[in-house]
Amino acid sequence: MTDLTQSTLTQKEVRERIESRLASRHRKEKIFRGFGIASIAFGVLAVLVLFTDIISKGSSAFVQTDIQLEVTYDPAVLGIETVDQESLAWANFDGVIREALRERFPDVTGRRDKRELYSLVSTGAGFALRERLAQNPELLGKSETLWFNADDDVDTYVKSLSKSEDGFLGRTSEQKAEWIQSLRESGELEKRFNTTFFTNGDSREPEQAGIRAALVGSLFTLLVTLTLSFPIGVAAAIYLEEFAPKNRWTDLIEVNINNLAAVPSIVFGLLGLAIFINFFEMPRSAPLVGGLVLTLMTLPTIIISSRASLKSVPPSIREAAMGMGASRMQVVLHHVLPLAMPGMLTGAIIGMAQALGETAPLLMIGMVAFIVDVPGGITDPSTVLPVQIFLWADSPERAFVERTSAAIMVLLAVLITMNTCAVWLRKKLERRW
Amino acid sequence: MQTPTLFALLLLLILVAYGTGFSRAVGAARSRGGIRSLASLPSYYGVHTALWCGLPALIILGFWLAFDDSIIRTLVMGGLSAKPESISGQNLLYAQIQNMAAGNLVGEATPQLTAAAEHLTSLRQSGQWLQTALILILSIGLGAFALLQISPEMRAREKVEKVLRAILLLCACAAIFTTVGILLSVLFESLRFFQTVPVTEFLFGLHWSPQMALREDQVGSSGAFGAVPLFTGTLMVSAIAMFVAVPVGLMSAIYLAEYAGKKVRAFAKPLIEILAGVPTVVYGFFAALTVAPFVREVAQSIGLEASSESALAAGLVMGVMIIPFVSSLSDDVINAVPQSLRDGALGLGSTKSETVRKVVIPAALPGIVGGVLLAVSRAIGETMIVVMAAGLAANLTANPLESVTTVTVQIVTLLVGDQEFDSPKTLAAFALGLMLFISTLILNFIALHVVKKYREQYD
Repeated sequence: MTDLTQSTLTQKEVRERIESRLASRHRKEKIFRGFGIASIAFGVLAVLVLFTDIISKGSSAFVQTDIQLEVTYDPAVLGIETVDQESLAWANFDGVIREALRERFPDVTGRRDKRELYSLVSTGAGFALRERLAQNPELLGKSETLWFNADDDVDTYVKSLSKSEDGFLGRTSEQKAEWIQSLRESGELEKRFNTTFFTNGDSREPEQAGIRAALVGSLFTLLVTLTLSFPIGVAAAIYLEEFAPKNRWTDLIEVNINNLAAVPSIVFGLLGLAIFINFFEMPRSAPLVGGLVLTLMTLPTIIISSRASLKSVPPSIREAAMGMGASRMQVVLHHVLPLAMPGMLTGAIIGMAQALGETAPLLMIGMVAFIVDVPGGITDPSTVLPVQIFLWADSPERAFVERTSAAIMVLLAVLITMNTCAVWLRKKLERRW
Repeated sequence: MQTPTLFALLLLLILVAYGTGFSRAVGAARSRGGIRSLASLPSYYGVHTALWCGLPALIILGFWLAFDDSIIRTLVMGGLSAKPESISGQNLLYAQIQNMAAGNLVGEATPQLTAAAEHLTSLRQSGQWLQTALILILSIGLGAFALLQISPEMRAREKVEKVLRAILLLCACAAIFTTVGILLSVLFESLRFFQTVPVTEFLFGLHWSPQMALREDQVGSSGAFGAVPLFTGTLMVSAIAMFVAVPVGLMSAIYLAEYAGKKVRAFAKPLIEILAGVPTVVYGFFAALTVAPFVREVAQSIGLEASSESALAAGLVMGVMIIPFVSSLSDDVINAVPQSLRDGALGLGSTKSETVRKVVIPAALPGIVGGVLLAVSRAIGETMIVVMAAGLAANLTANPLESVTTVTVQIVTLLVGDQEFDSPKTLAAFALGLMLFISTLILNFIALHVVKKYREQYD
């Protein structure tokens, strides 16, 4: 200030200087604010781009191109006379499908063209026929009209037709495109809801691949995680919050919990591999081991949130119970714990959501194996949904891209539901003291 | 008896023990004028009996399940007269014996194999018997012992509470066990690795090519374990990620805390936090299929050569993933700055941005630094995004458009689908895991320390 008053500047010049300085300060203010808005916009934009990208890629996987064929369960073609377990295993169902395709396109001759024709329909169509005949043995010798999944190349081509005039031919030949056109015109080729995606396990053929096995595997893994991590986490939180004396041992436990919360998840996978699989010789690829690893991983989250909700129970409750003659254990188990339970449950749901989305540690313990069957228990080899996504994302077939995105949509839907539940639970049950 | 049946039976026994303990306590009190004369409530006597009946048996059962396979294996393998030297050969032989015992033999049945399989079956059967007998005798015997102890003077509640407290302490120590488990598992395998590959070569070597030569003349399988390209790759991807996440996360936290109205805050904060809940495998897919081709196209349009898997794509997406992490941690510390500091600055005539830049941020700096350090440790340990988008080639490069590989990527590629545990290739993964664990541990430690110290200032 002394500068200004003692200088030779006139009052007017002083005011001009101040005003120009003020203007530049206000400009800086605006720029700063603009940066803030831009950052928020960037974050929101990232969410939107991520979701629209996944949805636009994945929504087409919920429909599947099907082809209608009139099949005849001809004993001569099938090579069987009666319907029983053994004969079904041997029967030539692919032959029936081929026969039906030849009947539909009688003017196709030549080995090469025929092979091309047969590849219209998924290789899984024969299995579908076998299932049908096994359930309805009286169909032998009769014919019926059925829908079959089309091959994934056909599926990709038909789906791309709705986006542009020419469509994406890929491995589909011109001739095949003509057949597809004729089937479309006669209404024998349709896009229908893709039930296979929800009822099948993994497969090398995109049109037969589904997420059921992965979903069941995820469910088992989460069950193991929940039954172990919730009781242990709550017990640890109760000890640390209500009983622990202030000493070095307690400090050590707290430092450990805080550190474990930030240890990379893949390190937990290394632990699982070295200790559970190598040392204890537990089965590889099993939800049991996956659940154990995820338990160790989510434990810090659950302990920290459980402690927070124990802390939020006011001391007056404890004092009142103590005054009535309850022991410390009774105070905690009868009064504090029930009041803290909603918060703990919220923490548990968030921990489970974290466990459900985790991939890296499960890769370490062998849950990446190619598994077709739906697991029946916690020691069966299985995979989980995120790992299934990882496996499909690696597959070269174009048709797997949309299935990967669809699996991601299912995963995100489950996660969003879980998190919404947690928020709802907190709002509904939370008590303000 | 099969283990699940035994377990169910044990649970039933525990229930019975509770019931008899309860009624016995009530019975003992009857002659003295009702349960009033008991030292504890009758249910505590029940729990006391149930604990005696169930706890030791359950502990023994747990140990049994953990160790019976390896003991049986040692017995069976010890009974063999001739066996292969190598560990993998022994594993193979034991698998054959197991298959044979299960009745689906692959290959030829030698007399030795048949005898071993019979030995295995008989051991398993007697093991099962022994298990059932031991567990049942233990649980019934100890349960009966506890029942006999019941008298109105016995302080059952105190005993039960002591046990409960011990269980709580044990659960709290799970965190310590986990840390010790991690250390042991990575340390032991790393030490084995450093016996074959010197530490200095691992830490300072410039060439990474973990394929070991199976034959002398094999091409391209040098088995070089110089991890520097991995470290630089990790640092580059993390640096790109922080370059995105720190400014965006910090600025959005500042905007939300200082500028935004209630409505904007209620809308934007949860929306940005959605990013934290998206699984990393989804980001990996997004990076590999959407961002990487986009980066490549942009690079080509300005005349640069970009590989299809670039550090830039992985780093950008990882940065987006970390934004909510940085922003919520910074939000906490910015909100913890006392309002009086802001009021003081505003009262002296500074604009809002000047207040933020010159007063709020310096006051919150330790907390922000701690948050950023935690974010760095997240970025270093992040796996799926880099596995799917950064590539496998161990290039020592400073060009973010080339593909690089990271520590976590190599751990995954070295260990997935491999069951051998005596080759340097798989052991190298544990050495990398040790590096990862130590570096993130140091970062976390500093970060938590800084954050804690800062918090003490204003509370």
